[in-house]
Amino acid sequence: MVGLGAARGGAQTHHTRQKACSGRAEHDARKPKGVFIVRCAQLGMGAGLKSLSEFGRDEWVAREEKRRQDGASRGRLGLLRQAWQGVDSRLRWLAALLLATLVPLLASNVYVVQVAGLTGLYVILALGLNVVAGLGGLLDLGYVAFYGVGAYLYALLASPQFGLHWPFLLILPLAVAAVALLGFLLGAPSLRLRGDYLAIVTLGFGQIASLLFLNLDRVDLPFLGLAQPLNVTGGPNGIINLDSISLLGLTVRTPAGYYELILFFVALVFLAVYHLDRSRIGRAWRAIREDELAAQTMGVDVRRLKLLAFAVGGSIAGAAGVLFAAWQGSVFPPNFDVSVLIILYAMIVLGGVGSVSGAISGAVILSILPEALRSPTLARLLFYGALIGGLLYLYRRQWQRGLLILGSVAALGIVLKVLLGALEPAWFLHPQLAPSLADSALAPFFSLINAWLLFPRNSLTVGNVAFVLTVLAWLALARVKGRAREILLAPALYALIFVWETRLLADPSVTRMLILGAVLVLMMNYRPQGLFGQKWVQRT
Amino acid sequence: MDIFLKELPQQLVNGLTLGAVYALIALGYSMVYGILQLLNFAHGDVYMIGAFVGWGVFALLAPGAALLVPAWLVILLMLLAAMLACGLLGVAIEWFAYRPLRTAPRIAPLISALGVSFFLENAVLLVMSARYRTYRTGMLIPSSWNVTFLGATVSFTRILVIAVAGLLMLALHYLVQCTRLGKAMRATAQDREAAAMMGVDVDQVIVFTFFIGSALGGAAGVLVGVLFTQIYHFMGFTAGLKGFTAAVLGGIGNIPGAMLGGLVLGLVESLGSGFISPRYKDGIAFVVLILLLLVRSRGLLGLKIREKV
Repeated sequence: MVGLGAARGGAQTHHTRQKACSGRAEHDARKPKGVFIVRCAQLGMGAGLKSLSEFGRDEWVAREEKRRQDGASRGRLGLLRQAWQGVDSRLRWLAALLLATLVPLLASNVYVVQVAGLTGLYVILALGLNVVAGLGGLLDLGYVAFYGVGAYLYALLASPQFGLHWPFLLILPLAVAAVALLGFLLGAPSLRLRGDYLAIVTLGFGQIASLLFLNLDRVDLPFLGLAQPLNVTGGPNGIINLDSISLLGLTVRTPAGYYELILFFVALVFLAVYHLDRSRIGRAWRAIREDELAAQTMGVDVRRLKLLAFAVGGSIAGAAGVLFAAWQGSVFPPNFDVSVLIILYAMIVLGGVGSVSGAISGAVILSILPEALRSPTLARLLFYGALIGGLLYLYRRQWQRGLLILGSVAALGIVLKVLLGALEPAWFLHPQLAPSLADSALAPFFSLINAWLLFPRNSLTVGNVAFVLTVLAWLALARVKGRAREILLAPALYALIFVWETRLLADPSVTRMLILGAVLVLMMNYRPQGLFGQKWVQRT
Repeated sequence: MDIFLKELPQQLVNGLTLGAVYALIALGYSMVYGILQLLNFAHGDVYMIGAFVGWGVFALLAPGAALLVPAWLVILLMLLAAMLACGLLGVAIEWFAYRPLRTAPRIAPLISALGVSFFLENAVLLVMSARYRTYRTGMLIPSSWNVTFLGATVSFTRILVIAVAGLLMLALHYLVQCTRLGKAMRATAQDREAAAMMGVDVDQVIVFTFFIGSALGGAAGVLVGVLFTQIYHFMGFTAGLKGFTAAVLGGIGNIPGAMLGGLVLGLVESLGSGFISPRYKDGIAFVVLILLLLVRSRGLLGLKIREKV
């Protein structure tokens, strides 16, 4: 198996080499050596020693790191990046943390602090999921259930529901232990299953959990002699009026207080995960993820380590659940449904599966972005920014062509506006800028768009039809190549802008889910290593 | 006990109908898994789109209180339109979300599938709104048409669902066992590389598999619409889970297994909701699945697979 895998890896390396070399003349002289990667040697001798880890690797592959650094340090931006990377990583994280603690001071209103708190929670959740799915490579689709169980435990033990008011410091370890045990109980039998079965069993577990949250409001326990059904979870009405967190006699009441508390936990979880990642356990997890059989052959206790990944990830989610419940002051079943799971997966995928900093950046981006999309001004700004930025990036080597496409989109718009607007003026509106938009600095740009684009009177129906057609057009665009793609690009862009303005802006909550779904697919297609991850040279 | 015996035939009939639908959905999962070892999480949403396409055809052919064409033709057109649309959708999903990832690590196509599923659900939510849509089944099959059999009332709608599902499964069986394409599918499922070396156009086989599996899912969508009359954008999620559960129950990758698994799941569910509590109907399926996987992880009819090294 190793031989076959390595041979394939070698062939791919060769391919990559040729691709890369065509761009850089200095590597042309280097002849392929054809030395294959010997993974066993690497695993056996320990990855800590750099010289040893390069043992047996293709020379070109071994220099990958150096080449990447050389490439990165070019230009003014490269120098800046180099200086940033020169700083000790611990210092960098500390600086980021300090900056984050200042958010409530810098924030203009409570809403910003709320969003920051939510971001912190998502960072904790993403770090936990990163342990299970990223490091362990276990597709745990019941992750949100752990989060929910943690939250409901706090809700039951610190609310008027049963008249219990246990302190936070007691519930937190209790919840973490309970959820870890749950992860253990779920994992122990199901880890015998292969990857896909594990996914479905965990998904089923998640469904059972949310079903219980929803249905445990009328529990009939006649054998306990109860006269009426017991209301445990409150069903769809959830549990409200949860206690605030009290620590050392201080009660946390303000959003800023909760934010700082959440941030403290973010730091705690980060430290734990960061060190786990670099430990023997972290290396073993990665080995299992890459090749379970090979890891087992190397003496890794696969079963125990998988269970550990389950328990660690689950208990992080449980702690996040406790924090969430106390912070929101209430819990409802939809807080823990599948869309949360999808968002979490999108976060770790966006940042790069298996990387701690990737999980954090993914969580920060994907929790702030949807909030930004709520405001029409910001949403439009982001949309046009992404559109133009994307086009510029795509055509960064041939900017004339990019400008040409931008120009043809504009021309297409003008033609359509003049033709259709003149033929059937009754079909179209001539919208004024909304007051919220008129105040912004970009008002001229937005009024230009308003003057340029067609706005159908019946925006709902037309927008729906246009949405379907636009999706089809973009799918077609992905299939065609070369000249046809460039010709199709301008109308597809126009259609996208049209749908955005007529339909998508009106439904921001659905729009962001659509964007999330599309991002997941696109990411897997074009950058499976995530936004900030690095592409591996040697892949078997 | 008396109540149990009195209710039993009715619950069995209900379970059989439900099971037929689950079996249709399960087939789509199982066929794709058999060939690509890929969990097509978007399959439930393909089924949902099928239900909406059927509803659209119905709305087109019955704009007012009367049908424009005979009822049997309406049903046939609904099924055909949904199957065609879903088949094409399945092929498109394969093209855009799975094909580029065929050599990627296993987790990549799964996440891509989650993305597709999320996109489809929200696209339907955007276009059709969150409102429930109603199949006016009464216009097609009068509710007075029913048979009483061993104390169970069997409506004609249920008979239709079982009959259509049975016919489709028979057709599939013929296709897989008796045609050249079926042979190619079986060969590809057994060993993709070897099949390619023997001259099977593997890509084409995969496209056909997606088409057929998704078309069956679309038919299931229409049947569920006719049976339960209410459809909405999120219906594919639970149904997809059930379909997958059924596929795993029967042994994933195994076509007769998917049919058997669907029937077993339908029966267990309707007996469970009839005699235990309807509130935990969706949970019963998973409890059964988890228990079964622990005892016999390859499913009812699945073969023991040795991991290739």
